[in-house]
Parts: sequence; C-alpha cells; structure tokens
Amino acid sequence: MVVSMDALRVEARYAPGDILQLWKRNMLAYRRQPDLLVFSTIQPVMFVLLFAYVFGGAIQTGPVDYIDFLLPGILAQSVLFGSTQTGVGLAVDVTSGMIDRYRTLPMARSAVVAGRILADTTRNVFVVGLMLGVGFLIGFRYHGTVAGAIAMPFVAVLFGQTFCWISAAIGTSVRRAETAQVASFVWLFPLVFVSSVFVPVETMPDWLKVVAENSPVTHTVNAMRGLALGTDFWEPLVKALAWMAGIMAVFVPLAVWRYRSIQ
Amino acid sequence: MESSLNGSSPIVVVRDVHKSFGGVQALAGVSLEIDTGTVLGLLGPNGAGKTTLVRVLTTLLDPDEGSATVAGFDVRRERTRVRPLIGLAGQSAAIDDTLTGRENLEMVANLYHMGRARAATRTGELLARFDLTDAADRPARTYSGGMRRRLDLAASLVADPEVLFLDEPTTGLDPQARLELWTVIRELVATGTTVLLTTQYLEEADQLADEIVVIDHGRIIAQGTAADLKARSGGEHLTVRVSDLAALGQVREVLKAEGDGPPAVDDATGTVSVAVSNGPARLAGVVRRLDEAEVAIADIGLRQPTLDEVFLSLTGHRAESELADAPTGAV
Repeated sequence: MVVSMDALRVEARYAPGDILQLWKRNMLAYRRQPDLLVFSTIQPVMFVLLFAYVFGGAIQTGPVDYIDFLLPGILAQSVLFGSTQTGVGLAVDVTSGMIDRYRTLPMARSAVVAGRILADTTRNVFVVGLMLGVGFLIGFRYHGTVAGAIAMPFVAVLFGQTFCWISAAIGTSVRRAETAQVASFVWLFPLVFVSSVFVPVETMPDWLKVVAENSPVTHTVNAMRGLALGTDFWEPLVKALAWMAGIMAVFVPLAVWRYRSIQ
Repeated sequence: MESSLNGSSPIVVVRDVHKSFGGVQALAGVSLEIDTGTVLGLLGPNGAGKTTLVRVLTTLLDPDEGSATVAGFDVRRERTRVRPLIGLAGQSAAIDDTLTGRENLEMVANLYHMGRARAATRTGELLARFDLTDAADRPARTYSGGMRRRLDLAASLVADPEVLFLDEPTTGLDPQARLELWTVIRELVATGTTVLLTTQYLEEADQLADEIVVIDHGRIIAQGTAADLKARSGGEHLTVRVSDLAALGQVREVLKAEGDGPPAVDDATGTVSVAVSNGPARLAGVVRRLDEAEVAIADIGLRQPTLDEVFLSLTGHRAESELADAPTGAV
C-alpha cells in the first residue's frame, strides 16, 4: 500500500463529512432492523432484571444494595457485548461487497470504520440511558456527587467505544459475520465474568482474583461504582483510562490497517 | 468530469500485470488496452483471473508486478485521482438492504462529495433511468434480483464515470432480468461510457462487447472481435443431436474420427459438435457412419461456431456451463 500526500489530503478534507454519512447509514439500519434493536435494548434490560431479582438475594455485597452494586457492572457488560456488533456489521459489509464499493469511492478511508463505531456508540448512549431508567424503576439510586452521576454512564460509553475498535479489527479480518460474532464472544465472556461486574472479586479463588483485579473491566466497573456510590474512584478511573488508551493505541491502527488490506 | 482524451486513444492501459495469492497465480502477465468509448469483454471461466484484474484496475488490489493506468493515472500510485473517474458494479450487488433505493444512491452521491442539491437531482435521474422510481422509497431488501442489480449499476454511475467496470453483471439473474440488464448496458455504451465487462457467458460478450479478450489461468489466450474468434476456431461446426442419450458416446467417437478437433458433448441437450473443414463431405460421412452404427439421429447440421466452441478450441477445455450457479468469491 502506498500512502500518498493526495490520500492524506482527501482524509483531512473529507473525513468528518464522510464519517457522518456512514453514521447516518448505520443509524437508519438500526431503525429498520427490529432484531438488531431487540438485541441492543431488550437483552440488556433483561439482564438487569434477571440479575437483580435472581442473583440479588444470593450475592452479598456488604452495606451496598445489590442493585446499586450491579447496575454499573451490567452497564459495562452491555456495552462490551454490544461492541461485537461493530465487527459483525463490518464483516457483513465485507461479504456483501459494500466495502468494495466504499473503497472505490473518492471518500476518506477512515470513514467506514469510524462511522460504524460512531453509530454503535450512539446506540450505546441509548442503551445505557434505557438501562439507567429501568435501574431507577427497580430501586437503583446514586449516592455520590452530581458530577459523578453524570460521569458514570459516560465512562461506560467510552469503555464500549474502546472495545468497538477491537471488534472492528476482528470484523475486518474474518470472512463471515458469524465468525466475527463467535471470535468476539470467545474472549469477551471470560473477560466480563472474571471481573467485578457481577460479584465482588474477593469471593474468587486466589489465582483468578489476580486476573480479575487487573482486568480493564474491573478497573472500569470499580471506577463507575465509585462515581455512582460516592466512594473512591480516582485510582480505578486512572487505571481504566490507561487501559482504554493502551487498547486504542494498539487497535485503532490495527483496525485501520486491516480495513486497508481487505482484498 | 471532462475527459482530456480523444476518442482514439486507450483510456485503460494494462502492462504485464502479475498477481498471486499465497502461491496461486491469479494473473500471470496480463497486458491490454481499452479504447475510449468502447466495450471490452473479458471472457473466461471461474477462477480465470477476471475479477482479480478488475480489482487491480479499480484500486482495490495492488498488482505484484506490472502497472496499470486509467485515464493516464496509475492505479497504485494515484488512486485518489483514479477513483473519481471509475464506477464498479461487482458480482454481488453492493447495496445496503436496509436503506431504500433512494437512500443508497444519495449516500454514494454524498460520498462523491457532489453537494446536497446535486446529489438529490442525480439520484432522481438515475432512479428514473433504471425504472426504480416507484420502488425508490422501499428498503432494498424488498427488491427483486434484477432490481438490485439495476440499483447497483445506478450506484456505480452516480458520478458519471469515464470508465465503468462491470464484473459479471448478470451472474445469477433469471433470463428476463438478464435481457433487461443487457438493454441498460447497451444504452450506457451508446452515451459514450467506456466499459470493461467480465463474463463467463459467451453469448453476453458476443452481444455487448466490441472486442473480446479471452482469459484462462491468468493469461490472455486470445483477443479480437467475436467474428475474429469464431474464424480462429476453424470455421464451420457439425452438430449432431440424438434423442437417446446412451448413444452420445458412439456419436462422439464418430465425430472425433471425422472432425478436426476434440468434439464437445452437451449432455443436457443431447448434442455433440465438432469443428470441420469441407463440411458437406464430412456431413455425408457422419450420416453414413451413424447409420451403420444404427444410431438414430434427431437432428444434424452445419453451422457457424458458438463462442463456447471457440473457447474449447483455444483452451482444450470447455468454459464453465452457462447454467452454473452464481460464483461466490471467484478470483
């Protein structure tokens, strides 16, 4: 691949507008595919209700109500599972020939992946908002500052956006949408469950606890809990942001490179 | 886009292009030129390298060796100059099923950065031209196969390209939709668009192309007009049709003895044909031999060769059956 000055000029000039075009395309697709909408809204809500009522009684979270403990975790879990859709969507575009069309257009190279992720992030904003609403209905309450209350869902959305880039790198590397889905869940499931999402990590065996304590999911969820409950959040927040920056530093270039080398 | 080229110069120039995929050579030194305003038919079976060449010319794939230019711009080093000048309609319709026909075209127009008003006008024009106005505001997933191909073709024409690449445009379409698409392509050519059309349908190249390039295993094996190619396969063909398919083997042996090349057997229609010189004398000989062998002839005759027979005489093997299913992921 030769990257010319011309290509960089196209990128600088057209990227914002082209990203917006691709965002619009993906948002329309969401609106018109009820099954996608179900996947992205009903399932997370179901998770909130199931975990709150089925596990709520069994899992001890000390002085904190389980719903207050649970909701930040389940927000993180939802945006993580939701991030798989970035890769699935891109893989579908590769298979359908849509990517070939984009790549023959005089448009910004970055727009296809970035527009897709912007749309997925928009969806995450809705999903997080919806889950917060349901959470409030079944007893979730903020115990911290107003700033913390605003920052908590924001951290979730930022975290989801970060993992969309991993998913994009997968989606542009596999041949089929089904593969993209499986290739994401295979590592996402353990990542989500070996963390503080559903249970306090103290209850895990020592070897697993080491993994869980250093997981980006645990840091993020602990930061979100700190923000929501009004407890300490700085340390986990800094670690979470460092993880996100690290993941982006690797996977943004990787996803762009994979996109460029689709053949 | 104003072309700086006059009618006689080549607008596409391909020089000794090689491309391999992990040891499999898809293009083994292809050179060709397409004159402005003409249709070049790239004819070959599945896996011949047709799609690979189209992908090189449309900036999707870098050649390993050799070079190619479109309107004077190098497809590798000057991609951003090439892209505004080309349109591509690939093997599978590259349209978004969830968007309406109008939204699909408007998105492409916007990605060509032609401005909101012009994008809307151009979209309306193309929808009307491809007979999609009534369906314009329905999601594309409700479209028939023929409508999808028409929408795809419309999308490839949004920016009025100088060169249009049609990669197996009618593969998988029913005969009616195929005829419709042929009409559309003829109209396009009449307006002066240069077209590179790949096909495994020999009849399609014959119908649409000014010049035909026959490609097999990544190499050009013949080039010329349909008439040239027919002449090269030895003139007349003698065809025998039998109603009893069990007799095909016997007929084949007889034609092998009387003909000038390997006979082509078509099980589906129960016919065997072979290139012959001095046709009338051979016809009499074949009738006599088959009579002696007590083979009942349903039909027998001499005629000009089809391009399928041309392909056989050039390569020693038949082109893919025209009834074959649409190829997926062909190289």
